[in-house]
Amino acid sequence: MENFMAWIEKRLPFMDAMNKHAIQYPAPKNFNFWYVFGILATVVLVNQILTGIWLTMNYEPSGDGAFASIEYIMRDVDYGWLLRYMHSTGASAFFVVVYLHMFRGLIYGSYQKPRELLWIFGMLIYLVLMAEAFMGYLLPWGNMSYWGAQVIIGLFGAIPVVGEELTIWIKGDYVISGATLNRFFALHVIALPLVLCVLVFLHIIALHEVGSNNPDGTDIKKPKGSVPPEEQSKFTFHKQYTKKYDIVDAIPFHPYYTVKDLVAVVIFLIGFSWVMFFAPEGGGYFIEAPNFEPANGLKTPEHIAPVWYFGPFYTILRVVPDKLMGALLMFAAIGMLFALPWFDRGTVRSIRYRSKLHLLNITQFAICFVILGILGTKPATDLNNLIGVIATFGYFGFFVALWFYSKGEKTKPVPERVTG
Amino acid sequence: MSNAPVNNGRRRFLTAATSVVGGVGAVGVAVPFIGSWNPSERAKAAGAPVEVNVSKIEPGQLIRAEWRGKPVYVIRRTDAIIEELAGHEDQLRDPESQEPQQPDYATNRHRSIKPEFMVALGVCTHLGCAPTYHKGDFEEKVEGTKNGFFCPCHGSKFDMAGRVFQGVPAPLNLVVPEHSFPTADTLLIGVGQGEA
Repeated sequence: MENFMAWIEKRLPFMDAMNKHAIQYPAPKNFNFWYVFGILATVVLVNQILTGIWLTMNYEPSGDGAFASIEYIMRDVDYGWLLRYMHSTGASAFFVVVYLHMFRGLIYGSYQKPRELLWIFGMLIYLVLMAEAFMGYLLPWGNMSYWGAQVIIGLFGAIPVVGEELTIWIKGDYVISGATLNRFFALHVIALPLVLCVLVFLHIIALHEVGSNNPDGTDIKKPKGSVPPEEQSKFTFHKQYTKKYDIVDAIPFHPYYTVKDLVAVVIFLIGFSWVMFFAPEGGGYFIEAPNFEPANGLKTPEHIAPVWYFGPFYTILRVVPDKLMGALLMFAAIGMLFALPWFDRGTVRSIRYRSKLHLLNITQFAICFVILGILGTKPATDLNNLIGVIATFGYFGFFVALWFYSKGEKTKPVPERVTG
Repeated sequence: MSNAPVNNGRRRFLTAATSVVGGVGAVGVAVPFIGSWNPSERAKAAGAPVEVNVSKIEPGQLIRAEWRGKPVYVIRRTDAIIEELAGHEDQLRDPESQEPQQPDYATNRHRSIKPEFMVALGVCTHLGCAPTYHKGDFEEKVEGTKNGFFCPCHGSKFDMAGRVFQGVPAPLNLVVPEHSFPTADTLLIGVGQGEA
């Protein structure tokens, strides 16, 4: 066995990679529960890929056959209902864990220097995820699939001059039709998952290059030679990390965090299973009622609402009375998140050691984001619009305010070592 | 291995020339991939014109025709409805139809060839929902106007010529498709007046 491993190692640095990224990867020892959502996102990704592959075995990507093939999967294929609910619940679960993962980055300043690129890869993953979810939602070819796609593709029609032509090119027809369904299927099951996997790989490699942040926002890598040996971490870490730095307050990712994360995975799967078995439609928020009838271009559902995870951006889109401006503002809302590392001009990372103002700003941002999300699934009344406008100001205000106060912010002293 | 002296200028030129040729090739290869997303011949053929017999439409009635997969509203307007069109023009975004949402021959107050018949796509210009026809009970949406269209998605309002009211999300009047009357009773949607 040993000889075999040595033979492999000479030809492929397998154990070296395992050591570098798991067994001898220094992770701060003070991770709290906010640090489990990256692993949970990976678990959901694996779930989506596996169940997705199995669903394609019985799904028929055509305007005539799609809706019926979903019914077939639900009723006639052994465990078809389970595989489909794993996939549809997984889609919503993906956004739950990704939003929490992003919020973690926000409160502990994990986007700050030197982790800007890591944050950008994360945002790209989020963007591809939204495209995946949007295209996947068309595939059951229900009436909400159809009209939801109509609204989103309609956004491109707002672009001056080429807009109309562009929407026809995207649809491959003058209306959303089987041609649109087929290309969305191809993108959903092949193109975007490939992109997603590459981005996840880059996200992790970039993370391991700069190292994990922690709830204190301190650096666990100190300059080489600055820490006496008895104060350094007792564990063996990969030479890539110890070559240039003295490492303090760290434990190896495996087995310490793999075991901790397993606990989180089990708790997560309990909740996931509960939804999957007892409320797979998520009260009409995961699978919407009009989607139980086939796509019909002549019949608009009473009230077109996006799936919950698009809610915040949909509200920002429609509070603006002008179509083009609304679409631009919506994309700007996502753009702001990309630029977050540059809006924050502070050097203290964690909310634990930043000003009361920062705490207040993050709180109002979170509240506004939730309100925008709720409004996105509700009809547009005058009152809802008014609340939507206020929450939109709160959303953008977060970034603007951050830029102003973060430069000369009154912060508390950050401890040298993690506090536990 | 030859021992000829290195000519850096020539190397740079060859590297640049190779890169340019490679780049042109990449652009060329992109053409079929992008082009294949256009509507296929079959999709284009399905976009053929449709005929509607308008002699059976009751005054004030709306019928839906399907053209290129989109609903086309055809309405026989009563005299009262036609008179009403002039009444609320100060509340409209584009009362004179200056935006190119209709063929030239329909750039008039009633936005059609014959005042009696309204022909418009039943697709809201905001985000593509289908506006609902409110016959006689539109006053709860717009005071003083008895008939009109209300979009249930985001509350856009249109009058009986498909002209959009101010203060709603829809930016433009409803689209009037190319249409013509080959005979007095037949409406041909998809072929303009004087074409064919």
